[in-house]
Amino acid sequence: MNTNERSGESDPVSQVRRDMLNAVCILLGLGASALVAAPVVGFLLAPFLRPKPRLWRPVGRLQDFQVGQTVQVKFARSNPLPWDGFLAETSAWLRRETEGYLIAFSINCTHLGCPVRWEKNAELFLCPCHGGVYDDSGNVVAGPPPRSLVRYPVRVTNGNVEIQTTPIPLV
Amino acid sequence: MLRFLIHAWHTIDDRLGVRKYFLPIIQHPVPPDTNWWYVFGSATLVTFIMQIVTGTVLATIYVPSTAHAYDSMQFITRDAFLGHLVRGLHYWGASAMILFIGIHSVRVYLMGAFKYPREANWLTGSVLMVLTLGMGFSGQLLPWDQNAVWSVIVGAEQAAKVPIVGTALARWILAGQMLGGMTLSRFYAAHVFFFPGLMFLVLGLHLYLVIYNGISEPPKAGRPVDLKQYRAWYEHMIKTEGVPFWPDAAWRDMVFGVLLVSTIFLLAWYVGPPALKKPPDPTIIDASPQPYWYFLWFFSVLAMSPHAGETFLIIATPSVFFIVMFLLPFIAHKGERSPRRRPWAVALVIMSVIIIGVFWYEAKIHPWVPDFHAQVLPQSVVNSNDPAVIHGASLFHERGCEFCHHVSGYGGHRGPDLTDIGNRLSSQQMMTFIMNGGYNMPPFASLLKANDANDLVAFLQSRKVSGNSQALTRTKQ
Repeated sequence: MNTNERSGESDPVSQVRRDMLNAVCILLGLGASALVAAPVVGFLLAPFLRPKPRLWRPVGRLQDFQVGQTVQVKFARSNPLPWDGFLAETSAWLRRETEGYLIAFSINCTHLGCPVRWEKNAELFLCPCHGGVYDDSGNVVAGPPPRSLVRYPVRVTNGNVEIQTTPIPLV
Repeated sequence: MLRFLIHAWHTIDDRLGVRKYFLPIIQHPVPPDTNWWYVFGSATLVTFIMQIVTGTVLATIYVPSTAHAYDSMQFITRDAFLGHLVRGLHYWGASAMILFIGIHSVRVYLMGAFKYPREANWLTGSVLMVLTLGMGFSGQLLPWDQNAVWSVIVGAEQAAKVPIVGTALARWILAGQMLGGMTLSRFYAAHVFFFPGLMFLVLGLHLYLVIYNGISEPPKAGRPVDLKQYRAWYEHMIKTEGVPFWPDAAWRDMVFGVLLVSTIFLLAWYVGPPALKKPPDPTIIDASPQPYWYFLWFFSVLAMSPHAGETFLIIATPSVFFIVMFLLPFIAHKGERSPRRRPWAVALVIMSVIIIGVFWYEAKIHPWVPDFHAQVLPQSVVNSNDPAVIHGASLFHERGCEFCHHVSGYGGHRGPDLTDIGNRLSSQQMMTFIMNGGYNMPPFASLLKANDANDLVAFLQSRKVSGNSQALTRTKQ
């Protein structure tokens, strides 16, 4: 057997056959791998291919919000999954600036996304992570944040205040 | 009976090749003068095995669902038989693994063991380091408490600052545009399948290279690595002076490994895993997210960088670190190995340790976090009958000054301590500061009524420390 193989090495026909087998094996392997890789990579992209409808979510009656007050409101996120659990809800800071003018601030600090707190008496938003400070209009007044708090679209329909679901702001 | 056992062993050995292939590997010859500096790699391996074992059993109870992960973690920590201990082993094992992979790489760097012909050992080790940090980050998220949720967001926001691909990267971390059911599942899959799978592969390669290239001999000043002669020199040295790895050198690894496992066990038993924070409800605003200790120092880098250059700093620093780490064996693969002849390498290590240590210390006291639970200043501190001062003191608390400023043991540390501010600033200077704010202080011009501002200044002017006690505080400091 060994002898046969050795003699085959010098045989140009065997060598061609060997080269061809080599190429065919590699090609077949690559083809089979691609057959599995394509759906696998596609599956990993699943979260990004889901529809993300921007929906208006009611957060309360207009008369419940006093002029000059900033309060936290909660609402369901867009396109939730049945097992979202704690993550089904998201929230915003709602400020009724004047009778007819409402502002909805994202709770995420523009520095690194930590939840800012409205401190009523100080009339400031403070961030617990790295000490960012914003005024009542969401403008940065101190600390590392690079820009004002992000605002969500807000509207009043039939006396209901509604906020539009919006992706987490990435700054 | 004995003859039967011997026969059985020969049969098994014949079929498995234990003596032919396995024994020569663990008895491969190593330099005779290896020492206690050589135990950190095996220590990392020991912790890795511990992590695989404890992690696997934790997965028999843990539920990787955003709805139930927190409850299952509560159950593991509080109710499950030995759950507290096993979670503790996994946490302290992770801590030890990160610590020892760090020490191991510093040891290899200082002794120049990454030089020819062991460049690939260093590169596979670097990949293992990156994967270990990935395990540390993903593992910190799986308890899925409030801290974890905000860590995902902080991680994503940080990634978002990377030029060009930032947003895509951040969405990849979040698993979409918002946190949701898929966020945790993906981190779980990364932590228990993707990263460990890759680690097994790269670790196999790393260990193979350790055997193939041989364990580096302790460096000697004045004996540089010569690309042309090193292999022949090493092979000759090993042939003439080499000793079998098992047990001549391995006994130290065993002793250190046993001490390490015992220490991890004691820490898991007496200290236990970190307590779970509040539930992972992103609408709970009362949160103070902080990473586990191994990333804590970077947290203070984020807080303390100058605001203007921050984006550059937090992207560039880690990038430069990892780029240099992967380029190192290409730019410094020959020459002196001994730390005695590589003062810059030693200086770099000392500098890094000091810098990280300082950031760690700062993170421990986190002076930049507002004190949200600051107490109203008691009468004994206000110490005045002047109605303006008393009103000023209540404003100091109410209007948020006390979140950041310290007065006689009360309040935060973000801004300067104001206990003796009356000694240092005039009323006019105080008014200017209050109205205009500063680098990290908001201007209060539009927030304070004129009278309020005057009362606040009156209160601050009353913050005086008499000469003697001032001297006393100074000596104390």
